[in-house]
Amino acid sequence: MAKELLKGNVAMAEAAVRAGCEAYFGYPITPQTELLEHMAARMPELGRAFVQAESEVAAINMVYGAACTGKRVMTTSSSPGVSLMMEGISYIAGTEVPMVLIDVMRGGPGLGNIAPAQGDYTQMVHGGGHGDYKTIVLAPASVQEAIDLTALAFDLADKYRAIVVVLADGSLGQMMEPAELPEMQPLKKQLPDWAITGEPGRDRRLLTSIYLQPEDEETTNIRLQRRWMEIEANEVRYQEYFLDDAEIVLVGFGTAGRVALSAIRHARAEGIKVGLFRPVSLSPFPAEALRLVARKAKAMLVVEMNAGQMLNDVRLVTQGACPVDFYGRMGGVVPLPDEILSEIMRLARFTPHDLNGHTRAAWLDRLEVVRGAK
Amino acid sequence: MQTEIIIAGFGGQGVLFAGQVLAYAAMDNDLHVTWIPSYGPEMRGGTANCTVIIGDEPIGAPIVKHPKAVIALNLPSLDKYEPLVAENGILLVNSSLIERKVERPDVHVVYVSANEIAERLGDKRLTNMVMVGAWLGASGVLDMKAVQTSLKAHLPAKHHKLLPANYLALEEGAQIARETLAQAA
Repeated sequence: MAKELLKGNVAMAEAAVRAGCEAYFGYPITPQTELLEHMAARMPELGRAFVQAESEVAAINMVYGAACTGKRVMTTSSSPGVSLMMEGISYIAGTEVPMVLIDVMRGGPGLGNIAPAQGDYTQMVHGGGHGDYKTIVLAPASVQEAIDLTALAFDLADKYRAIVVVLADGSLGQMMEPAELPEMQPLKKQLPDWAITGEPGRDRRLLTSIYLQPEDEETTNIRLQRRWMEIEANEVRYQEYFLDDAEIVLVGFGTAGRVALSAIRHARAEGIKVGLFRPVSLSPFPAEALRLVARKAKAMLVVEMNAGQMLNDVRLVTQGACPVDFYGRMGGVVPLPDEILSEIMRLARFTPHDLNGHTRAAWLDRLEVVRGAK
Repeated sequence: MQTEIIIAGFGGQGVLFAGQVLAYAAMDNDLHVTWIPSYGPEMRGGTANCTVIIGDEPIGAPIVKHPKAVIALNLPSLDKYEPLVAENGILLVNSSLIERKVERPDVHVVYVSANEIAERLGDKRLTNMVMVGAWLGASGVLDMKAVQTSLKAHLPAKHHKLLPANYLALEEGAQIARETLAQAA
């Protein structure tokens, strides 16, 4: 199909429609509202279910019910709305039914603002709900990748009876870029053997997250853990840029990764050997690949639109193989390439051997200088 | 190659559409392009702007602090972006609504009485296309014919009767920019 100029929110919605999403439940919130609007127009005209729920709490529980039928289901929201969904997400994980959630992140904490941010990393990657569950989290950095990952999200959800999150941010939702949509997929004909279909006469099927006997609940947890190990083995995704000879390696996902790439191109023009490692699957985290990169690097700089939520994972994975420094903007401020460029220059001039655990304090001091200069 | 343009004005001046026309033309010419609007609460009844970044490799940062060109459709937009446009960049000023002159000596300035031109061409809604034309003439990044072809390709058929006036608006803007910059040089 030919390329079209598509807005991120609309592109993800249409990608979900074409992936065979049969039921959508949501509640409007900026900066993802165009996504819900597109579903409101498209789903009824295709004879599929669209419900604007009375709240995010209601929407996620409608998703829960619909997911039990084995059909492809989705909800979308933005940070504060996703926070409201956490109880339902834990229930869905405990019941082992597949769903897709798109989170178009905005500034926080609290009501915050509607500007682009990445403050939901911890909430999505490490679980905001209770209990031992993991979600697959995919982070696009362009409109095309947002389309591709939305389609992939439905396949992975079905394959692993998993919750798959597409973690975008406000700028990705609002921007337009040339992109190609996939062909319309036929709807699922064969439903899984656990699906609740109301079929009379066959053996009873039970979907639940209640296991009153702790041993039974532990059995379920073992199954969840085993399944997650399978996901970790098979579903790691990342992109590498200019890493062949890189001495300084930037690590950033989504929009922060894009901004870092701009800075890297400027730095390369100055002869600095710097590259980018961009995790695409934030969960499972590309641990092994990043560990290998860290062994060859003189230093790493994690760039995020939060206070270093992924930084913790990068440190855990690289285990001191090289110093790991940090630069981030918070509250809906998108870092500019110049800011990251001066961070690269700083590391190129002097690469500390040991950051002595003061990474965040030093970053906050530098950030206040950057803010004061404006 | 990468170039950036911010188009700014108030709601109703066709700011967002003007940017989309450039994005379509870039896409149709196999360039990479990102269009992003300001979508903050200030857009309701206030100022509107969008950033268009065009390049020959995938676009990195979707926003820029110092764009290579700015189209200022009203005074608040000029006040906001005059200090930010890149050195040796292009500042395109809608002189129909902006009475003051640009103070910076280190940018190329083109004054276009876009509202008057649009009204002379028969529709004040052509103001944005006059200014887009001025950017085409000043920057040379996209070909005039290519932009006109894209406009036709992506404008719904029911609006095609407006195409000739839009083409004229683009060409008048480009002409003014070329003349201004030739005189300055």
